[in-house]
Amino acid sequence: MSEGIGAAVKRKEDKRFITGRGKYTDDIRMENQAYGAFVRSPHAHAEIRGIDATAALAMEGVIAVHTGPELKEDGIGDIITGWAIHSKDGNPMNVGAWNPMATARVRHVGEPVAIVIAESQALARLAAEAVEVDYEELPAVAAATRALEDGAPLLHDNVPGNLIFDWEIGDEAAADAGLAGAAHITELDIVNNRLAPNAIEPRSAIAVYNDIDDHYTLYTTSQNPHVARLVLSAFYNVAPEHKLRVIAPDVGGGFGSKIYIYPEEITCLWASMKTGRSVKWTSDRSEAFMTDAHARDHVTKARMGFDADGKIVGLKVNTVANIGAYASLFATATPTYLYGTLLSGQYDITNVYCDVKAVHTNTVPVDAYRGAGRPEATFVMERLMETAAREMGMDPAELRRRNFITEFPHQTPVIMTYDSGDFHALLEKGQAAADVAGFAARKAEAASRGKLRGIGYSCYIEACGIAPSKAVGSLGAGVGLWESAEVRVNPVGTIEILTGSHAHGQGHETTFAQVVSDRFGLPMDNITIVHGDTDKVQMGMGTYGSRSGAVGMNAIVKAMDKVEAKVKKIAAHTLEASEDDIVIEDGEVKVAGTDKKMAWHEVGLAAYTAHNLPDGMEPGLKEGAFYDPTNFTFPSGTYICEVEVDPETGVVEIVQFTAADDFGTVINPMIVEGQVHGGVTQGIGQALLENVVYDEDGQLITGSYMDYCMPRADDVPSYVLEHSTTVAPSNPLGVKGCGEAGAIGSPPAVINAITDAIGNNNLTMPATPQKVWAAIQEVGLPQAAE
Amino acid sequence: MTSVTMTVNGKAASGDVPGETLLSDFLREHLRLTGTHVGCDTSQCGACVVHVDGKAVKSCTVLAASLDGAEVTTVEGLANGELHPMQVAFNENHGLQCGFCTPGMIMSGIDMINRYKAEGKELTDDAIRHELEGNICRCTGYHNIVRSIKDAAASM
Repeated sequence: MSEGIGAAVKRKEDKRFITGRGKYTDDIRMENQAYGAFVRSPHAHAEIRGIDATAALAMEGVIAVHTGPELKEDGIGDIITGWAIHSKDGNPMNVGAWNPMATARVRHVGEPVAIVIAESQALARLAAEAVEVDYEELPAVAAATRALEDGAPLLHDNVPGNLIFDWEIGDEAAADAGLAGAAHITELDIVNNRLAPNAIEPRSAIAVYNDIDDHYTLYTTSQNPHVARLVLSAFYNVAPEHKLRVIAPDVGGGFGSKIYIYPEEITCLWASMKTGRSVKWTSDRSEAFMTDAHARDHVTKARMGFDADGKIVGLKVNTVANIGAYASLFATATPTYLYGTLLSGQYDITNVYCDVKAVHTNTVPVDAYRGAGRPEATFVMERLMETAAREMGMDPAELRRRNFITEFPHQTPVIMTYDSGDFHALLEKGQAAADVAGFAARKAEAASRGKLRGIGYSCYIEACGIAPSKAVGSLGAGVGLWESAEVRVNPVGTIEILTGSHAHGQGHETTFAQVVSDRFGLPMDNITIVHGDTDKVQMGMGTYGSRSGAVGMNAIVKAMDKVEAKVKKIAAHTLEASEDDIVIEDGEVKVAGTDKKMAWHEVGLAAYTAHNLPDGMEPGLKEGAFYDPTNFTFPSGTYICEVEVDPETGVVEIVQFTAADDFGTVINPMIVEGQVHGGVTQGIGQALLENVVYDEDGQLITGSYMDYCMPRADDVPSYVLEHSTTVAPSNPLGVKGCGEAGAIGSPPAVINAITDAIGNNNLTMPATPQKVWAAIQEVGLPQAAE
Repeated sequence: MTSVTMTVNGKAASGDVPGETLLSDFLREHLRLTGTHVGCDTSQCGACVVHVDGKAVKSCTVLAASLDGAEVTTVEGLANGELHPMQVAFNENHGLQCGFCTPGMIMSGIDMINRYKAEGKELTDDAIRHELEGNICRCTGYHNIVRSIKDAAASM
């Protein structure tokens, strides 16, 4: 049917957004609302000698000023990291303690030191500037590789050498042996540039304390309100779970940055209790650059060996990962189990080894951002493959073909068991759509205009649908990563789906409803999706890691299985037929092969009137389910980027970008394509434009949209998209997930294309015109353009 | 405090506001028209674009007090019984995801079409992309926003 699985249904949620009726956190106002503003450290590293709030407190309309030690005294806990990683010597990791507001020392620019509560936002901000903090500056270090050097400033007393862990995966001796026997070795030094996620809606929180019930409500920009409630209760001791309600209303993009429970939300909750007022805090963009978790920031050495036929015989990767001043929620998992486990790529490699040193620096915490570890792994793999092909004089597509995994399930040497895929088909589809055959002619034509044209591939695989609870538990995760759903069929037959997933742009209100519509043959209009409120929805784990389809929707399927079983029992009883003969289609419950039937809503009514139910059956038609995946899912694809470089200016134009993806079953192709467009654009942003820069003293240089270059509409092309589908065997719907693929697959395709165009492989991201021009000067113009 | 009177979405709106009050704050906090969003503090993101006397203006960059007597249209004022063609086009072409930048995109899109029509110029894909330099979207990759605006241009 037209609204079911596979249909490009227009989004149900659009109407409120296009008419300005969305309800984001900052749009909400409480009756007795006061405003919070944070006093933030201007230094990257300093001891706090004293805080003098006298002048601020004297301002009319200032309600209170509170500091970190007060928070600690009240028993508010330190901020946790969610994955315990062990070093290769077996020792547990060392992470520095993270107080929600600094108690004695600040370790990055922007770290909160005090909160000012006032009658207006403007006044709160003004008063925050009037709070005098006496700092004794300490030497700081911003680059992870520098933080590991002898004599580098130390951030935490319990973290010797700033080294959080030195982790490994794979067999080093085997990788060494493989490389020793290689006919050719390709070596690369790779910097994966530091990014700021930049959801356009800044973070915001409104904390509401009710002293009569000793109850808290938090409205917040969260991708996972239940996880927020869990950690706020269990670890930060704000309130027990039954006395804390977390609501994530409309949320304006997340990309990972709104997974975490930040110091500001914790502090606002506590300050609401202290002041007896609702406390609202909304970040501005400058604050966001200083305090939202950053991303990537890896420095890597990689060596890949090949035999004489171009078969990979060994891969060794050494990475230094910048974790920032404190270890954020997924910070330790991102450069380990979300990175090292993808270093087999789409290729059949026996010997892979990876070592990762995670490091504290005087920068804002680094955590998962669209792709999280997998973009870094893909960049390593796909830069190596393209470089190796050039060095060996091979077609880069052919080198990949020779190494593709073709049989599934495939056990890699780095934990993952790939369960499906057709990498040859994806490459073929990508090449056809990108008209690779016509590239030589286009290159010659570009040369006639004085332009350098290049083409680059990226064949990515990622692991998402995060994640099987037992597996991640064994790897150090602090929580299980299942999802839950409840299907409520009302007496009139309409359906409410309560889901622990949270939409902040992904269109769940549409796709989730399509899955239900498809199953029962009901119109989309009769189905509502409820999410984002811990008082309405049972426990949930939220949306990140491309998990809402692969995990969240399958929880709905599981709950629908139970509903269907009960519906069939009721119908069989009413229609005096066998349960096995009952079929549900087009909104009717029928006895197969007869004209006996009930309308869907009649079954709903029968369940609730309970006048004539089978003996022993409970009234009502409402079922819940928890779905715990049995494996990760493995989206894969071939991305082909074609660029033109102006050799006189170094300006790169992406003239064509082709994405051929395998996402398993697609529920709504329109929405899936939108996810690819957005993901690829973020990847192009990383490759060409975006870069967080701290100076040597830990001062943030890129603190606004004036200095941090976000992709604009004229930086990116219209995209060419293709699909080739293998169904995910591990879940009932067969979906793999599509949210992160674009950001994972695209950066190496772009850099491979530029380096192909200019004939110099020595180029780091972001490939700004200045860098590209310098790289051209380094080697001279390629022959064709002279 | 400064007294401000303007017409917002066809209705008289007035208030006493501090002189430093931005139009975006006046709309959001005083009139509670929260469809206009603020995504940055350097006039870059364009989530706050509204129309002042028929022209697109970043409401975070203009003082409410300077607009005494002005006609302001926000995203809430577009639908007149039925959705504006630009609103329809954004839905039809999946031109929005999280919706936060959308009001600014819609207001900029309408302004751009009006200007190109008035000048008799063709609004090509390249022109749309160039014209959107003052509006940042992090979700859509712009592909479907460009399609939406192009589509709306045909029906406006």
